[in-house]
Amino acid sequence: MNRLIKFVMLDIIKNKTILGYTLLLSAFAWSIFGLEDNSTKGVLTLLNIMLLIVPLVSIIFSTIYIYNSSEFIDLMVSQPVKRNKIWISLYIGLCLAQISAFIVGVGVPLLLFVPLNIALSMMAVGCMISIIFIAIAFFASAITHDKSKGIGISIMLWLYFALLFDGIVLFILFQFADYPIEHIMVGITMLSPIDMARILILLQLDVSALLGYTGAIFNDFFGTILGALISSIVLLLWAILPFYISLRIFNKKDL
Amino acid sequence: MIKIDSISKKFGKLQVLNSTTVEFKKGECIALIGPNGCGKTTLIKSILGMVIPDSGDVLVNNTSIKNNYLYRNGIGYMPQIGRYPENMNIGQVLDMIKNIRKYENQLDEELLHSYKIKDLLNKKMRTLSGGTTQKISAVIAFLFNPDVLILDEPTAGLDPLASEILKEKILKEKNNGKLIIITSHLLSELDELVTRIVFMQEGKIKFNKNAIELKEETQMVSIAKAITHILKASINE
Amino acid sequence: MARFSKVKLFFLLLILCSQSFIYKAKSNTIRVGKNKKIKNIHYAILIAKPYDTIEVNNGLYKEGNIIINKSLYIKGINNPVLDGEKKFEILSIKANNTIVEGLTIKNSGYSTLDDPGAIKVYDATNVIIQNNILIDNFFGIYIQFGKNCIIRNNSLQAFGKEEQQIGNGIHCWKSDSLLILGNKITGHRDGIYFEFVTSSTIRGNISYQNIRYGLHFMFSNNDSYIGNIFKNNGAGVAVMFTHKVKMYNNYFINNWGDAAYGLLLKEISDSYIVNNHFVSNTIGIFMEGTSRINVKNNDFKNNGWGMKIQASCMDNNIHENNFINNTFDVSTNGSLVLNIFNKNYWDKYDGYDLDKNNIGDVPYHPLSLFSMIVENNGPVMLLYQSFFALLLDKSEKVIPSLTPTNFIDEKPLMHALIL
Repeated sequence: MNRLIKFVMLDIIKNKTILGYTLLLSAFAWSIFGLEDNSTKGVLTLLNIMLLIVPLVSIIFSTIYIYNSSEFIDLMVSQPVKRNKIWISLYIGLCLAQISAFIVGVGVPLLLFVPLNIALSMMAVGCMISIIFIAIAFFASAITHDKSKGIGISIMLWLYFALLFDGIVLFILFQFADYPIEHIMVGITMLSPIDMARILILLQLDVSALLGYTGAIFNDFFGTILGALISSIVLLLWAILPFYISLRIFNKKDL
Repeated sequence: MIKIDSISKKFGKLQVLNSTTVEFKKGECIALIGPNGCGKTTLIKSILGMVIPDSGDVLVNNTSIKNNYLYRNGIGYMPQIGRYPENMNIGQVLDMIKNIRKYENQLDEELLHSYKIKDLLNKKMRTLSGGTTQKISAVIAFLFNPDVLILDEPTAGLDPLASEILKEKILKEKNNGKLIIITSHLLSELDELVTRIVFMQEGKIKFNKNAIELKEETQMVSIAKAITHILKASINE
Repeated sequence: MARFSKVKLFFLLLILCSQSFIYKAKSNTIRVGKNKKIKNIHYAILIAKPYDTIEVNNGLYKEGNIIINKSLYIKGINNPVLDGEKKFEILSIKANNTIVEGLTIKNSGYSTLDDPGAIKVYDATNVIIQNNILIDNFFGIYIQFGKNCIIRNNSLQAFGKEEQQIGNGIHCWKSDSLLILGNKITGHRDGIYFEFVTSSTIRGNISYQNIRYGLHFMFSNNDSYIGNIFKNNGAGVAVMFTHKVKMYNNYFINNWGDAAYGLLLKEISDSYIVNNHFVSNTIGIFMEGTSRINVKNNDFKNNGWGMKIQASCMDNNIHENNFINNTFDVSTNGSLVLNIFNKNYWDKYDGYDLDKNNIGDVPYHPLSLFSMIVENNGPVMLLYQSFFALLLDKSEKVIPSLTPTNFIDEKPLMHALIL
């Protein structure tokens, strides 16, 4: 399997898109921290951009890459290689490449300009979001043979998590404004990795005071060891489940 | 050596394989023929595990290929249209496959030499012509001395010279006692090689006959003519 | 206004001088100390005649409750320490014209029944409490029914952890014409507490890290507080149920937390908020039921909300302020706009100024849609910093439809005021 991962990694690194992605992220990060003297504001701006771009690039790039790897997959399937291995290697290869791009792009300015604990959680969250949206890309490309359809599904899924989900949250908050639904909101938030990531970071910054009572309830949950454990598990599930489903589909797929 | 035990496969509503049962033995050279869309390629891909049958089983050396992949160590496959990672060059593709196969014995690089691939190692896959790509596919199929060779339309797209080289190679391997399965439209090309003809139509084996018997039966000189004869007869019935 | 308070200050200083004059003119001095003939303060007070001076020399005095029932000048020499052993109210001043100076007073008793303090003034006028150090007391300086008193240059430190277990630093109740000047208060429940106190001035104090409010102000009309610093208090500063308050040149800094305000105004009218700095507070000014307030030349910087103006406010005039780097500059919970915004500087303003008169040619709508939604439904703040919230605000900026159209600064400034 290591050899396969190595091939995938090398192939992605040769691809100029990932280099562009790294440069884009680092351009954003450096300019944000260069222009903003308040590190909290800088973190917020970076968080905003990160939660928009990282999922988008992760999901679109990965979907296209998976479709473009169909030759590679075809070739490997006719060789004495387990199907599982091919798919998992692609996943790990993509994850490693994108995580490296993210850490190189954002990690250095974060470590330079931001308190260590916040820098580290930003990086952890960014890596998690990358992995999760790569997994979702695998899901999208497993459920359809057609490349353009697959990319379409990916864009729709990204739109859903980046935008529509928050619309739904707003709708729920207004529909149930008269009920104490703060605790339920903790659960609902877990349905969107982007929201979860955003709130996890916000709670660590002093702007969390702006979140008021709801923020306090979220803090009560995510601040405890149990809450931290649960949120890590949920994020991990987000990374594992879509990929696992795609793996099941891929194993039964005719090539 | 390879036993296909009543496999069926549907693509959507299309029944591509319909309880197909057939057996291939060591030392044979089989021509798998039939009209377009008769299920030849699907049958081959089922053997390779690229297509997973809805029912039935494929046994290679008496073991089922379900949840098994190691059996493919003994199979060389030359696809109808070879597809390779586009931004790799020929050398890298060959290295990658060698790397994955972990083959420890002497590689069979005969075709590599006769096709003069060594001069092309730095060429990117996407820049290659169809013929060159086919040559690469052929090289890879024979590279690891497999016991079974599955060649899907091997001569399509090859120039006559390359075609001839390939045929000689097939003949040589056949004489080494390997099982060779060829699908082809160009029946005339198979004459000297083939020991058995399997004719498929609409996902079923129409007939499965020894080449010599076939010629005798139909009293034709070549296999091609013999088959045309049978087909005409069956239409007339 | 500034002139008025200067005049008052002058008079208060006059009182101070005249008192010193009285003491110098006719007093005897009684010296208390380990090496002196008189070893304890109780006895000194007993034998003293009115207007005598008692010099308390350095040393530790554990004398329980000391009642000053005649006009005396109690003067600490080299920081004598009065210890209440956590059982007693330490100094009870019950006579007019008393001066307490230069003492270190610590460990007053704790009781929610009679609120013991380190120094408590009962029903007295012309009392001066100055240059004392108060450590770990329940209440620090407590004035009830006081008049013309001066509390000056004292340092009060307590170590309260919970609101219920600690009293206020300087607590004034039903008093008049007080001058609270240059004190330093920390660790109490409220730094300075005013209830039914009129015509008084709070000036140049630093109130920081108190558990609840830096300054708590109720039913206290015609007061002014000028040039104070309120920093890192649990809930900032609250001014409630009062009219005619003047708030000049104060700093409200870092009052950060779930329910913290730079300045909380409730039921206030006819007041001035001029030249103050609101920096890094959750909410710079929170206004509820306030009317006819002039908010001018203030700096609102790095706050969560610069101002939150509830719909119950009217006729407030908010002009010539700077709003810089706040998460939300202003927000309100109603659609009715009865307050005026004019000539403020908003750093989020992106209009233009063709005639170069430093006033933007396009009016500015300081209200963001998201902040308005949050005002109506608090939990929506969950979407803070999300792409969705960003889009809401951007689209509202392009086509305003939900925010009140008359919530507007007609003449936004192009450059920040130098304050």
